[in-house]
Amino acid sequence: MKLVPCPVNGLRPLQEFHFGGEVRDMPDGEAVSDAEWADYVFHRRGEGAVKREWWYHVPSGVWFIAERDNRTDEFVRSYLYEENGDG
Amino acid sequence: MPHRLLKFALSPDYPESRMFRAPPRLGDRYDVVIIGGGGHGLAAAYYLARDYGITNVAVLEKDYIGAGGTGRNTAIVRSNYLTPEGAAFYQTSLELFQDLSRDLDYNLFYSERGHFTLAHSPASLRTQRWRAEVNKHLGIDSRVVTPDFIKECVPELDLSCGGHQAPIYGALYHPPGAIARHDAVAWAYARGADERGVEIHQNVSVTDIDVRDGQVVGVQTDQGYIATNKVLSAVAGWTTSITEMVDLRTPLVIYPLQALVSEPLKPFLNHIVVSASLHLYVSQSTRGELVGGASLDPYELISMRSTLDFAEGLAGHMLDLFPCWSQVNVVRQWGGLCDMTPDFSPIMGTTPIEGFYIDAGWGTWGFKATPVSGLTMAHTVATDADHPLIRPFHLQRFSNFQLVGEKGAASVGH
Ligand SMILES: Cc1cc2nc3c(=O)[nH]c(=O)nc-3n(C[C@H](O)[C@H](O)[C@H](O)COP(=O)(O)OP(=O)(O)OC[C@H]3O[C@@H](n4cnc5c(N)ncnc54)[C@H](O)[C@@H]3O)c2cc1C
Repeated sequence: MKLVPCPVNGLRPLQEFHFGGEVRDMPDGEAVSDAEWADYVFHRRGEGAVKREWWYHVPSGVWFIAERDNRTDEFVRSYLYEENGDG
Repeated sequence: MPHRLLKFALSPDYPESRMFRAPPRLGDRYDVVIIGGGGHGLAAAYYLARDYGITNVAVLEKDYIGAGGTGRNTAIVRSNYLTPEGAAFYQTSLELFQDLSRDLDYNLFYSERGHFTLAHSPASLRTQRWRAEVNKHLGIDSRVVTPDFIKECVPELDLSCGGHQAPIYGALYHPPGAIARHDAVAWAYARGADERGVEIHQNVSVTDIDVRDGQVVGVQTDQGYIATNKVLSAVAGWTTSITEMVDLRTPLVIYPLQALVSEPLKPFLNHIVVSASLHLYVSQSTRGELVGGASLDPYELISMRSTLDFAEGLAGHMLDLFPCWSQVNVVRQWGGLCDMTPDFSPIMGTTPIEGFYIDAGWGTWGFKATPVSGLTMAHTVATDADHPLIRPFHLQRFSNFQLVGEKGAASVGH
């Protein structure tokens, strides 16, 4: 069974989680062109890499960020958004 | 019956030759380089040679022919899609498939089964009625049927789902729904292309694409450099590694999809049965195996590993529908890569890079599109203009907000 490291609840089974996609910065919709906005809405970085991703622990209602290699499925580390990976 | 088979049976000396040559080495220059020896790349090579006389073509496959989604899918062919663009495209493919064994002179075991999408609630029955009306309007054989009709066609099916799941209220029925032998599709296109002069190179990996002033001038491979002005990327689940080479932004993200087969049983299941609520689809192959699949894995991953979670989940749902299968053994399970788009439609055609053509976004639904993709991409590469059938699927649609939403018809993986 795949285990996911939650910064609050520790290692928990995958079935308790919801995957939220790569962490991306939203541009200011008023300031960017239509093309830049469309790029933000639709385009993704689909290639293999260690990425910062949103994950949600459903039973406890915790959204957090995990760094995971999407080629090997190894979690490098996870932390709450406020901690920003430095804590 | 294909004539070849008859000739072979009557001949005393079994004159079967290899399906395609193994060219000794890569050439220095080709008119067209096709990346990916799956069904799509091979079909494009075949139609380029057959319809446009372009034969100085190399298909480069990093592994073996059919190593990707082509040899891993559950082989379902259907056309009951929702949008006029999608329906016209898949209907053309289905019609090509119906005649493909004869066209390629190779038995593809194309077998029309009839395709049921079960409704487990009055609400989903309403959606199916809507889908049937849209399908009929687009000239596709599709209708809503009653539980009695389903029971008559598939007597083993427990319409009450044993009380474990919501019962079955009816189904969307698509009589032309079919299965085919997927490897044979790749081999037959490979042979047809090879006979017309196309070179098929297995174990050659493209490592970079050489673009100068916005125009393709060559590709780098692990076996040396090739000069060319036209490159077709037909690598489905590997597309993001290719678009990265040419700095092309796309919406594609890669998810695994898994499948399994049972031990062979005597033929009893004539139809293809799909339940979106139970994330399940199943048919019986011509060899007698039950072939089953589920929905996508729940998160992005570029890996073809298969999991126990998947096999357990799918087996459980199979037993909700078919309790009489409780003693049947699973003999094999596997995974494949799916290049998913946000609207569940493919990405096809020309790109902002001159000479770089893309055939991607095949997600969980690309096997059925193999013939029509080959045909339309050959046209696009040969004439440098997008074939009318694929214009709606241009990468540009994500910049001008013209999506082709097929999620309702494509979301359970097949
Ligand atoms: C489990 C599963 C079930 C499915 N069921 C169905 C179904 O029932 N019906 C349906 O219509 N679709 C189904 N699909 C989807 C379908 O399998 C794919 O969309 C389709 O096979 C894609 O074909 P292709 O020829 O484009 O790519 P592929 O067959 O994946 O071929 C791409 C090839 O490119 C090669 N390649 C990659 N990178 C390079 C490189 N750098 N250099 C050289 N070669 C490279 C790969 O080795 C691979 O052989 C399913 C998929 C899966 C995984």
